[in-house]
Amino acid sequence: MIDAKIPAGNLADKWSNYKDRSKLINPANRKKLDIIVVGTGLAGSSCAASLAEQGYNVKTFCFQDSARRAHSVAAQGGVNAAKNYKNDGDSVYRMFYDTIKGGDFRSREANVYRLAECSMALIDQAVAQGVPFAREYAGYLSNRSFGGVQVSRTFYARGQTGQQLLIGAYQALMRQESLGKVKTYTRHEMLDLVLVDGKARGIIARNLETGEIERHAANAVVLATGGYGKVYYLSTLAMGCNTSAIWRAHKKGALMSGVSWIQFHPTCLPQIGETQSKLTLMSESLRNDGRIWVPKKACDERVPNEIPEEERDYYLERRYPTFGNLSPRDISSRAAKERIDAGCGLGPMKNAVCLDFSKALKEQGRDKIEEKYGNLFRMYEKINGIDAYKEPMLISPAAHFTMGGLWVDYELMTSIPGLFALGEANFSDHGANRLGANSLLQSCVDGYFIAPYTIPNYLSAELKAEKVTTDHPSFSESEQMIREQLDRFMNVQGQLSADHFHKTLGKLLYDKCGLSRTRESLEQAIIEIKALKKSFDHELKITGDQQVNSELEKAGRVADFLELGILMCNDALQREESCGAHFREEFQTADGEAVRNDQDFCYVSAWEWKGEDQPPELHKEPLVFETVELTVRSYK
Amino acid sequence: MKLKLKIWRQENREAKGNMISYDVEGISEHMSFLEMLDLLNERLITKGERVIEFDHDCREGICGACGMMINGRAHGPLSGTTTCQLHMRSFKDGETLYIEPFRAAAFPVLRDLKIDRTAFDHVIQSGGYVSASTGQAPESNSILIPHDITEAAFDAAACIGCGACVATCKNSSAALFTSAKISHLVLLPQGKTESADRVIQMVNQMDEEGFGHCSNTDACEVECPQEISTLHIGRMNYEYNKALLLRK
Repeated sequence: MIDAKIPAGNLADKWSNYKDRSKLINPANRKKLDIIVVGTGLAGSSCAASLAEQGYNVKTFCFQDSARRAHSVAAQGGVNAAKNYKNDGDSVYRMFYDTIKGGDFRSREANVYRLAECSMALIDQAVAQGVPFAREYAGYLSNRSFGGVQVSRTFYARGQTGQQLLIGAYQALMRQESLGKVKTYTRHEMLDLVLVDGKARGIIARNLETGEIERHAANAVVLATGGYGKVYYLSTLAMGCNTSAIWRAHKKGALMSGVSWIQFHPTCLPQIGETQSKLTLMSESLRNDGRIWVPKKACDERVPNEIPEEERDYYLERRYPTFGNLSPRDISSRAAKERIDAGCGLGPMKNAVCLDFSKALKEQGRDKIEEKYGNLFRMYEKINGIDAYKEPMLISPAAHFTMGGLWVDYELMTSIPGLFALGEANFSDHGANRLGANSLLQSCVDGYFIAPYTIPNYLSAELKAEKVTTDHPSFSESEQMIREQLDRFMNVQGQLSADHFHKTLGKLLYDKCGLSRTRESLEQAIIEIKALKKSFDHELKITGDQQVNSELEKAGRVADFLELGILMCNDALQREESCGAHFREEFQTADGEAVRNDQDFCYVSAWEWKGEDQPPELHKEPLVFETVELTVRSYK
Repeated sequence: MKLKLKIWRQENREAKGNMISYDVEGISEHMSFLEMLDLLNERLITKGERVIEFDHDCREGICGACGMMINGRAHGPLSGTTTCQLHMRSFKDGETLYIEPFRAAAFPVLRDLKIDRTAFDHVIQSGGYVSASTGQAPESNSILIPHDITEAAFDAAACIGCGACVATCKNSSAALFTSAKISHLVLLPQGKTESADRVIQMVNQMDEEGFGHCSNTDACEVECPQEISTLHIGRMNYEYNKALLLRK
C-alpha cells in the first residue's frame, strides 16, 4: 500500500504542522551533503538555488547550453496567487477550491491547499529578485483573471511571465554558482538513475559535447525535468522536452501516476503542413478579450471576415454561459474538437476555430489591446503572416501540459527513497486538469518553498549513512547498460530516422489517446505502439559519431517515449470514467459532458514497471476528501 | 521552392571548418527556417551522412537557443525575429543562402552551427542578480514601482541571451547583453543597492571572457530579436563611470 504521508491536523494547519516538526540539519553538517538536481527550469533552478543558500552542495544538470533556456521560459500568461489585491473575494481556500475543482477532484486536498497557501510568498520572492510583474500607474501590482476562475489572481509580466520568473530563478542559481555552492553541468543529459541499497544515490549522465559518460554520486537526487507532452511530437513543448529522466527512474522502481492526463491547450496555432515541428501556444490570456467562434454551418468556405455576425456560433458562450470564453482548458479544447469534428473548422486544414478581437478592439481601442497582448499579436503575424488586429486569429487545441508524472508523496519524494520529483515532472497538484497560471506557480512553490524543507528532512538520516562513491558497483552496472544502449542505437543501421518514429507515435497518440479516447482506440494503440517499437529496434538509422550527435540524443528520447506511450494507453484504458482531460467517449452525458465515477475511481493510479514484456502493475492511492464535497464540475 | 545552401561544417572546437554546398528541393514557404534544416537533415540521414548540428529548442522565439548567420545577418533578414521564427516565405525560389554559426572569440564552435555561449553565464554570475535568498522577501506591494519604470525594466529584462548582438558586432562586444541586465536591475528599487559593484564586476567579466569593446555602431540593436535598445549601453557606461567615481 502506498502512503502519501499526509500530515495530521486540519487542512489549513497541515503544512505548518509539517514544517514545525520536520528535521533540521546543523549548518556545519550541510556542506557534507551533496544533492543532484536534474533539470534547471523553474522547479530545478529554484530548488537548487534555495538548497545551496542553506549550505548544501548542489550539482545541476541540463541538456540545454544554459540553465536559462529550460522550457519554463515559454510560459506566457501568468502565475496565480491568492493575494486578493483586487478585493474581489479571493482567499487561500477559494484558490484551493478552484484548483481542486478544476482538477476534477482527482488530486490530494493537502497538496493543493499547500500550493494555494504558498502562492503569496512566491510573488514576494519573485518581486524581491527583480521580476518585472505588471504594475498599475501608482506602482501597485496588477492582476488579471485567467481561464477557469472568476477572481483576478493572476500576476503577469506581459506575455512573458515564464521567461521573467525563470530569469529570476536562473540568476539566483548563477549567484550560488559564483559563490561556489552550485556546479552547473550544461549540455549534459541524465541517462540513468543509480540506486544503492534501494536508495537514489546518483546518476549517469552523458556529456553532449564530448560524448563522455559520467558518474555523479549524491545523497539525494531531484528530478525537475518537466513534462512529456512532446510524446505527441506536435505540441507546444520545446523540441528537447522529453520523458527520459523520469522514465528511466520509473524503470528503476519509481511509480508513475496520472500518466494519460495530458492537457490540450485550447489556444494554439493549428497545424498547417506535414513538415511542421511545433504547435505554437498563444497565451490563453487572449481569451479574456477574444471571443471564440466557428461558422454555424459546416464546410463554410468563406474566410472569417466574410461570415456575418448572425452566422457565427460562439459555442463556448452558448454552451457555458457562466464561464463562456474563459471556460477551463479541457472543456474549451473538447468543445473546439467537437465543432471541428462536426465540420465547422476553418483554415486550410479545416482544423481551427476563430479567436476574434473585433469587439474588444471596438470597446477598448487598439492601444489597450496592444499593451496587453502586443507581443502575442506580433508573434501571430510572424508565424502566419496575418494581422490579427484586422482579422480573427485561427487557433486549435494542442498537447501542452502533463498533469501526470512520477508519483510523489506529500514530501515530493517518489517511491524510491532519496529521489524527489518537482514541478511538471511529478503528478501531484493538478488532478486531471490544470488551471491556467497554476503551472508556473507549482514549479516555483515546489522548488522555493517545499523541497527546501522536505529534502533536509530526508537528508537528516543520511548524515549517518555510509558515504557512497562512484566506484560502487551500481555505478559500473548502470554505466555499462547505458554504453550498450548507445552502441545498440548506433549499430542498428536501418533506414528510418528517430524523428520518423517520433512523428508516427505522436500521430497515433493524437488519434487514439488524445482529447478523447475509447476502449477500442486504446487497445488498438497499444498494439500499434508495440509494433512501432519493434520497427524502431530494427530500422532506426543514426549517422555520425558518439560526440555531438543530436540524432543519438533523439533516439534515446524516442525509445523512452515509445514505452511511455504504452503506459499512457494502459492508464487511460484502466480508468473507466471521464475526468478532466481524460475523456472516455463511453462515459459522457447525452449533451456530451464528462461523467466522472467517484464510486469506483476516486483514487490515484500509481503504476509500477514490471519489465519490458510484462504488463505494468497498478497500485491505488485512495483520494480522501475531508473538506470539499465532490460535485459535478459544471461551468454552465 | 528550391534553394542552394552553403553551410559551415566543422567537426569540433579544434578542427578547421569549411562551407559545404547542398541543393534542397521541395521547400514549402510555410516551413520555418529550422524545419527546412530538419528536411535537409532527414535527407542526409537517408544518404548516410552526418546531420548538420544546430542549437534550437522552444521554436517560438523565447528560449534563445537558436541562432545562425544567414547571408551574413544574425537570425536572417527579418528584424525582431529569431531564426526559429523565420519562415521560408522570406526567401526567393532559387536563392543561395550562406549559413554560418554565430562567430566570436568568446563563442567557440562546438560542431557545425552549435556554439558555446557559457561566457554569457559567466557574465551573469559576476553580478547579474539581486542577492535575495529564498525566504527574505518582504510583502510584494511594499515595494511600489511605477508602471513606466517597470515597463522600462521589462524592456531590458526581455533579453533572451541568444548572442546575436555579439555575432553581429564587428568587435564581438557583449555590451548590449550585459547592459540589458544592468539596466533591468538598476531601474528597479530591488536592484539598486548592489548596482555599483554589479556594474564594475560585470563589465570586468565581459572583458575577461574575451568580448570586445563597444564602438557605438548600433549594429546590435538592429539584429536583436527582442529589439533591445542601445540606450542601455549608455546607461551601463553612465553607471560604470558613476561607480568608479564614487567607489570608496
